[in-house]
Amino acid sequence: MNVINNKWIGSRTIRPDGADKVTGRASYSSDTNMPGMIWGKVLRSPHAHARIVSVDTSKAEALPGVKAVVTSKDLVEFPLDTAVMLGIQDMRWMSRNVMAREKALFHGHPIAAIAATTEAIAAEACRLIVVEYEILPHVIELEEAIKPDAPILHDFIQFDGKPSNIAGKLEHKLGDVDAGFAGADVIIERSFKTRPVHQGYLEPHSCLVSVSSDGKAVIWSSSQGQFMVRAMTGLLTGLPQSDIRAIPAEIGGGFGGKTIVYLEPVALILAKKSGRPVKMVMTREEVFRASGPTSGSMSTVKIGATKDGKIVAGQGIYYLQAGALPGSPIRGAAGCAFAPYDIPNVQTVGFDVVSNRSKVAAYRAPGAPIGAYAVECVLDEIAEALKMDPLELRLKNAAKQGTKAAHGPVYPVIGFVDTIEAALAHPHYKAPLGKHQGRGVASGFWFNAGGESSAQVNVTEDGNVVVTTGHPDVGGSRAAIANVTAELLGIDHKKVSVLIGDTATIGYSNLTGGSRVLFASAMVVTQSADKVITTLKERAAKIWKIDPEAVTWEDGEARPAGANAGQFPPMTLAQIAAKASETGGPIGAGVQLNTQGAEGGFATHICDVEVDLDLGIVRVLRYTSFQDVGRAVHPAYVEGQMQGGAAQGIGWALSEEYLYDKNGKMDNASFLDYRMPVCSDLPMLDTVMIEVPNPKHPQGVRGVGEVPLVPPLAAISNAVYHALGKRFYSLPMSPPRVLEVLDGV
Amino acid sequence: MTDIRYLAPRTLEEAVGAFAAAAGAARILAGGTDLLVQMRAGSARPGMIIDIKQISEMTSIEETADGGFRIGAAVSGAVMAEHPRFGQVWPGVLEAVNLIGSTQVQGRASAGGNLCNGSPAGDSVPAMIAAGAVVTIQGPNGRRQIPVEAVPAGPGRTTLTPGEILVSFTLPPRPKGSGDAYLRMIPRTEMDIAVVGVGVSLTLENGTVTAARVGLGAVAPTVLLVAGAANALIGSKLDDAAVEAAAAACRAACRPIDDKRGTIVYRIKVAGVLLKRATAIAADRAGKV
Repeated sequence: MNVINNKWIGSRTIRPDGADKVTGRASYSSDTNMPGMIWGKVLRSPHAHARIVSVDTSKAEALPGVKAVVTSKDLVEFPLDTAVMLGIQDMRWMSRNVMAREKALFHGHPIAAIAATTEAIAAEACRLIVVEYEILPHVIELEEAIKPDAPILHDFIQFDGKPSNIAGKLEHKLGDVDAGFAGADVIIERSFKTRPVHQGYLEPHSCLVSVSSDGKAVIWSSSQGQFMVRAMTGLLTGLPQSDIRAIPAEIGGGFGGKTIVYLEPVALILAKKSGRPVKMVMTREEVFRASGPTSGSMSTVKIGATKDGKIVAGQGIYYLQAGALPGSPIRGAAGCAFAPYDIPNVQTVGFDVVSNRSKVAAYRAPGAPIGAYAVECVLDEIAEALKMDPLELRLKNAAKQGTKAAHGPVYPVIGFVDTIEAALAHPHYKAPLGKHQGRGVASGFWFNAGGESSAQVNVTEDGNVVVTTGHPDVGGSRAAIANVTAELLGIDHKKVSVLIGDTATIGYSNLTGGSRVLFASAMVVTQSADKVITTLKERAAKIWKIDPEAVTWEDGEARPAGANAGQFPPMTLAQIAAKASETGGPIGAGVQLNTQGAEGGFATHICDVEVDLDLGIVRVLRYTSFQDVGRAVHPAYVEGQMQGGAAQGIGWALSEEYLYDKNGKMDNASFLDYRMPVCSDLPMLDTVMIEVPNPKHPQGVRGVGEVPLVPPLAAISNAVYHALGKRFYSLPMSPPRVLEVLDGV
Repeated sequence: MTDIRYLAPRTLEEAVGAFAAAAGAARILAGGTDLLVQMRAGSARPGMIIDIKQISEMTSIEETADGGFRIGAAVSGAVMAEHPRFGQVWPGVLEAVNLIGSTQVQGRASAGGNLCNGSPAGDSVPAMIAAGAVVTIQGPNGRRQIPVEAVPAGPGRTTLTPGEILVSFTLPPRPKGSGDAYLRMIPRTEMDIAVVGVGVSLTLENGTVTAARVGLGAVAPTVLLVAGAANALIGSKLDDAAVEAAAAACRAACRPIDDKRGTIVYRIKVAGVLLKRATAIAADRAGKV
């Protein structure tokens, strides 16, 4: 690890995007307009499941103001028998999600799109499209979808040799669970359900696409990855990537939901056909109906422990909703469920189940909260059965350096034990509780990720620094990269500007997801800055006419060293930059890497709740998150990530859910009836950052953005049990459900 | 894509004339916090919008000679909150009006709009009914007055006849020892819609209830005046049996539906719970006057 004096790393510097966001100047994707721009609108299926017999767009095309029409015929066809992968996404499903092909698979599934001179004309034209549907029986809920006689969504999906809605299976195994359970003194097995929940980003999906007459396209859009937008749009439209320039707008939240495209390929074809720039903006209703929530789930978890509290076996079976097309996060559920613990015998199985709902998209630690919910609730019961403190039970079984996890890796230095010890020692854990109040704890794990990143660090002629990276900033990466750059170059933070390049101005960078961005971009920025420092020393040496090896870089200036020490006055970065032209040209360096060495994140949460016994309302009174954050490069942002995850977990546990009517139509497609918590629903969410630096990273960075959403579901559920003496095995614990359990209905 | 005409008349006569002449194609605009949302969602497509905020009678609050209040139908929640006396005399009505939407919405939303929107879950309506408020309506055939509970006709509908405009609410003078309260059940703490709402107004004399009214929302096609609950309270000293009888009357009055916002069982139970809690608050306020 580099020796760093930590002047800027760990400092709560002013965020570079702050002033623009506070004053409303920040430019989000729907803020971009162009001369001659027209509007695109999507016609969506009114049925949950139907064969598309015909689509007649002639009346729509005849409406004055209509400039172009798109149907699935205009997109590249991806035959069902050949997988075409881009990262974890299969283009067979992505193409059919962007525009229905053989069948409409959910209410809200795009059938066609229109571009017209105004949004109102485009909407009117959508109503003039005549679609003949053959309505098919639909299936929404998991338990229905896996029944043998369930309506089958895709004939080509087989499970156990028969057509099925089970589209995939994943299993992790360590040791021998049967033998493990045979040696257990206490075994508890429980089944759980969770409902699909939406990421709830404030900014709806939107884009503006312009295609010039020579076929080159420019896309302005809100996404978690401009290179993902370029690649997916290229694949779905047949354009080479070199003909597409994707420009990332400021992003109004993503939480994983903007790691795939919905509108960009459609807008591109509309723009190409019409010869006009095309803008598309989803309504909130469209966001709910047709963009990905995360999976609902059914699970059964069985844990065995000996009398002294040693867990000897753990088994978890998870069924996750994929929505209408395969691809639920079973890897997150099955992989993370038992990952915080050192258990000799583990088996986890995940099943990917399709049904007539919108296709799921990534949501903050995809699948992991579902995995942890069941495990951490059963652990609470094990602790109770053993008359053991639930944190002591976790401490006794905590994974440490050298522990082999069921999903594969052997952990290096990790800080999980530290999170439990900090929770045990915290005043929150001993604070008195009142009537109808309860306290719950839970822990969680998330993989974190590395992968491809590029950076360019340039010194300006006036001695400032511009850093360009390739990742949309959803969690503070610009502020953190400015801290890292200032630290490495030894210059004032205010001299560093961090920008996000587009696909034409910076090298390939994988999308913002997996809590990978600061890990990966700090690595390429560090190597770039090292190169810049080498150049700066060379230029100083040239000016002093000494050997470059005899120059050191300290506190933002070149100093003669060794035999030459004290012979010349030091030269600052600005002084060297001023002479750049005469000493060899512009100063700057870029690095592109497939970064390795991201290590997992661990967290332990404590939650206090109070239940109104007459109304069934559960209120969170106090919440404290303890997390191994590696190195908190920008602590305020790290705390923000921890608080944000807890807040989303509270919504998932208590109030959020997708509701469907009997026709398979989502019944609560607005923020009024899809109940995300509002500020007044939450107490101050306290955070305790524990820094156990990642030994494989120059600044010790571990991803911090996703593990905060892993423990809350169980922490809250366990707290409700301790308040009421009754356990809940299903989420959300909404007021009517709480009263049902309390009143024994 | 039809054009929309916008009128902002300065007199009620002008407004009524235009509204009647439009023969159903027009909508009245007060704060617009329901109408504009419905238009954006495509569920309302008026050919004409008549903005009543230029008519002074509809945007003013007056204390009447007998000690009551007359509140223009388009007075916003924020303006009601700023009135120096209204909230002291009718704290329950004010808190009900102020529960509608967010701070931003409060700058626009009015009790008149809340009532004319016809939602069974409108927050101000149970409190206005409990207060015994009367509305003044003006139409092509002149003025008339009816109690608030006579306005709603069903979800999204009122008993106003074509061309009629709701002008104002009149709240009666307040005897000594009176208090009111409004409580609603929402899963969140704000920015939500009532699953059940209960307004209670009562007058105490030496600890005995001499007058009471109860309004009950979100449990039937219209907001209800629950006479049985009021009768159970009147004459009592708010002992447990009387309050339980009033709660039972509220539960019995419920004709709710199962929907995304709450179940039948849940709504009925909560109606009784909120009656008890709102009664306690109203009694506490009555005792302090």
